[in-house]
Amino acid sequence: MIVRILSEGQFDVPDSALDELESLDVGVQQANEGGDQAAFTSALNQLLARVRDLGAPVSDDYIGPSDLVLPAGDMTLEEAADLMTEDGLIYG
Amino acid sequence: MIRRRSASRLRWKQPGGAVPRGTGSARGNRAGQEVGTDMGMGKRLSLIVKSKANKLLDKHEDPRETLDYSYEKQLQLLTQVRRGVADVATSRKRLEIQMQQLQASADKLQSQAQQAVAAGRDDLAREALTRRAAANTQLADLQNQHADLQAQEEKLTQASQRLQAKVDAFRTRKETIKATYTAAEAETKIGEAVSGISEEMGDVGLAMQRAQDKTQQMQARAGAVDELLASGALDDVTQGPGGGDDIQRELDSLSAGSDVELELAKLKGALPAGQEPAAIGAAESTPADESAPAEAPAAQPEEQS
Repeated sequence: MIVRILSEGQFDVPDSALDELESLDVGVQQANEGGDQAAFTSALNQLLARVRDLGAPVSDDYIGPSDLVLPAGDMTLEEAADLMTEDGLIYG
Repeated sequence: MIRRRSASRLRWKQPGGAVPRGTGSARGNRAGQEVGTDMGMGKRLSLIVKSKANKLLDKHEDPRETLDYSYEKQLQLLTQVRRGVADVATSRKRLEIQMQQLQASADKLQSQAQQAVAAGRDDLAREALTRRAAANTQLADLQNQHADLQAQEEKLTQASQRLQAKVDAFRTRKETIKATYTAAEAETKIGEAVSGISEEMGDVGLAMQRAQDKTQQMQARAGAVDELLASGALDDVTQGPGGGDDIQRELDSLSAGSDVELELAKLKGALPAGQEPAAIGAAESTPADESAPAEAPAAQPEEQS
């Protein structure tokens, strides 16, 4: 699946990684609900690091939409809230 | 295999796209709320994306025109982004100038404090240190902003380069689609290409928005720092009238005074021990005494005889 990290680009991540990403997403979601900026940044960056780890950057000549769009690692809770849905970053 | 779209998994709103902005700016991020509330958010989001693409497709009778239209929009956005990068760079440079000014003030105040302490004027030193602390506080704030702005600038530059590559690829794709055009395929191929590039443009648009926000915040604060510098509150104490002058003027007069004292002490130190400074003539005779040891032996026999 194609995952976009905002302001970073798209990554081609194996579908099998979804479960792991979802478990990381739980942390992001909890931090978001708790309104804890530091925890949010930390959890989000864990998730993003895993995406970068597991995924391969999509080549520049690929033009297609993403299956997932994740916020940039330096986004504030406020910025992210504008993008985030009630169910977290990932829906499984 | 990987490129399969599973629309239901898309849990994030699409970033505000630059393409749709031109065609239906009223449909922003909030558009999802207009769609049925009983629907999963993911579905709502996928609907937004599709409706954006469809809007573009609907606009032209021949879908191939959609490709050209989208391409035009991409080029416009690229121009905007490049301008945006230049704007951020200008703001960053302004910050750097302010940081240099503040640093110069802080350094100057520090050395003034040292001079004041050496002169036994703790009151002046305290004043200089207080102003230096204010300058340093501002400086730390500017340094944070600078780092922030620099990060945005880098991201925007990278986003712009990525978009450039995508736009190049899109142009090629566009020509291929047009050359092999069949009505049946058009909707799928064009839809994918346009919604793909729309997402990219939306991402770049968001990066641009963030960089602009940071720049605006910075400019508001830069204005405040300009005022602060102009007010003389943490000033370069050698410039302008007002209280700022006081430290340097007093230090100057102190150091002028102490120079006089120092010269005086030197002169006094040059006198031989026990010599009475009372008579000028006596002082003048001192070098003569020292330079005349050769004469002395000659004179002594006269006195003895």
